[in-house]
Amino acid sequence: MSDSLYYSQTHEWARVSRDVATIGITDFAAQQLSDLIHLELPKPKTQLKQNEPLGEVESVKTVSDINSPLSGEVIERNDSVLTDLNKVNADPFGAGWMVKVKVANPAELKNLLTEAAYKKLCETDAH
Amino acid sequence: MKLIFEQSQPGRSACALPKPDVPEAPLDKLVPAQYLRQSPPGLPEVDELTLVRHYTELSRRNVGVDNVFYPLGSCTMKYNPKINETLAGLSGLNEIHPYQPEETVQGILQIIYELGECLKEISGLDAVSMAPAAGAHGEFTGIKTIKAFHKANHQEQRIQVLIPDSAHGTNPASVAFCGYEPVEIKSDACGNVDLADLKSKLNDRTAAIMLTIPNTLGLFDEHMLKIAEMVHQSGALVYMDGANLNALMGIVKPADLGVDVLHFNLHKTFATPHGGGGPGAGPIAVTTKLAPFLPVPVITREPLKDGKSGDTSVLKKQHLYSLSRQKGDTSSILKMEHFYTFCCPDQSIGRIKGFYGNINVLVKAYIYIRMLGAEGLKKASQMAVLNANYILSQLKEYYPSTCSTQRLCMHECVLSGVKQMKESGVKTLDIAKRLIDYGFHPPTIYFPLIVHEALMIEPTETESKETLDGFIEAMKQIAKESKDNPQLVKSAPQTTVVKRLDEVKAARELVLRYQP
Repeated sequence: MSDSLYYSQTHEWARVSRDVATIGITDFAAQQLSDLIHLELPKPKTQLKQNEPLGEVESVKTVSDINSPLSGEVIERNDSVLTDLNKVNADPFGAGWMVKVKVANPAELKNLLTEAAYKKLCETDAH
Repeated sequence: MKLIFEQSQPGRSACALPKPDVPEAPLDKLVPAQYLRQSPPGLPEVDELTLVRHYTELSRRNVGVDNVFYPLGSCTMKYNPKINETLAGLSGLNEIHPYQPEETVQGILQIIYELGECLKEISGLDAVSMAPAAGAHGEFTGIKTIKAFHKANHQEQRIQVLIPDSAHGTNPASVAFCGYEPVEIKSDACGNVDLADLKSKLNDRTAAIMLTIPNTLGLFDEHMLKIAEMVHQSGALVYMDGANLNALMGIVKPADLGVDVLHFNLHKTFATPHGGGGPGAGPIAVTTKLAPFLPVPVITREPLKDGKSGDTSVLKKQHLYSLSRQKGDTSSILKMEHFYTFCCPDQSIGRIKGFYGNINVLVKAYIYIRMLGAEGLKKASQMAVLNANYILSQLKEYYPSTCSTQRLCMHECVLSGVKQMKESGVKTLDIAKRLIDYGFHPPTIYFPLIVHEALMIEPTETESKETLDGFIEAMKQIAKESKDNPQLVKSAPQTTVVKRLDEVKAARELVLRYQP
């Protein structure tokens, strides 16, 4: 985990640089899901809303929504994770990133968690 | 082991067909030439002994409730009494056809009708449809019925169905299939519906709430009456997923909890086979106000009278009498007091399944209910709950969960492998695989989703204490092995024909073939 990251309650992260946010799922989420077997991500130009599903992830254990931590338009999709799902499990904060979004409303960042708050959430969630 | 196709030798055969007892006609006179195949089908050709050995070996490798304890949570894998098979196979039931006129199939109609009466009694509800083919089909039918009800009441703005986060995945799927929007409700720390979350999501757009009672944590929601009251006050209906009805028979009637629609899983609660043993059946029961919307056909009965008046029921009886005289047996007809027939409810949602439903399953469930009787069904539920609590009490310190192991459970208990995961990296999947080595079918795992590393165990009432003790001992051993020899657990199963399967590879690279 790194300080420049923001986290959602539902285990997604957003790394914001100027008006672009890179989005993925956290290592906690990847670990809880176990090995992924299917991933659906939105195409560029898709409009995302904060806390609403941007895609879907399936593992041998379960299927779940990936919620967008921020609102905005998708400007890039990481197609390489779609063909190599191991990247999400192996490097969720790096090579396993999912989409880049042009941030529509920077004020939404205040709805997200800091690293310390997110760590605390994971500790309670792990039970 | 070779497939039957791989054992095929040209010209070999296991049977000699008798000469036809009807006139033979050339094939192209019976079927238009363009539909006739050009080459023979690739069927296996084997001798009788090879055939017998092959299927005997296959049956030995099969795992079912007839050879092992099968505590698959939320599936109610109780013993399926063999008498059900014998009776359902009687020629009077086995050789009838759904296109026969109703006066010639009064027996099966009576069985279906009386089964419906039993289900009404068990649920406390007012009307039934026996058409749905399985649980999720029952959900679909029930939600369709609710939708038709709201439409008839000009409440079409009601498009949302509230579903707790502990629900079976079929619930939101059925809701979406009916064109409704599923909305998730959180569970509280005790495993009940979070009332504050319910309140915040309940409004004039809510069509219904779908509740599994008891819920998938094996817990009875302590606020059930309050929930039903809140939902009804907002003008919405209460749908009960009856998957876990095995906890409640004869103890509480769902109607008394405020349930408006309920589906039964006859293949769970009422001891008919799952899967390979036959299809399921998911009848629904509803309150009077929903009855006009039930699918077709609904089976009703009218009294049959003796006498010579022009009454239609007398005419029917005379017709039945003449039919049975042709067959040389009039005794059963003379005893008949009712004529069973189909009817179409006023505002029916239509047909959802061919003919009358999966009647083979209905027959077996009927036999089961009649064999046990009211007291027997109640005892079955009591024993199911007792068995689950016995397992819970013996294993909760080994596999604790912060929510589901804190209370008495109903017919199933949800343990957690988090302790083993933290101690030695042994996953719940590993524990499940290791149980196979001990001769048990694994329980449901990783469900419900709200319990981490969940192990959902439903012993049912039909298991003996000795079997439960054997299972409990195995689970304790596995907890010990997870600490002392985690590698053993992680590489299980060791004793099976096929060792640990690579589920990830199988899911990512699906290639079906029978030769390497």
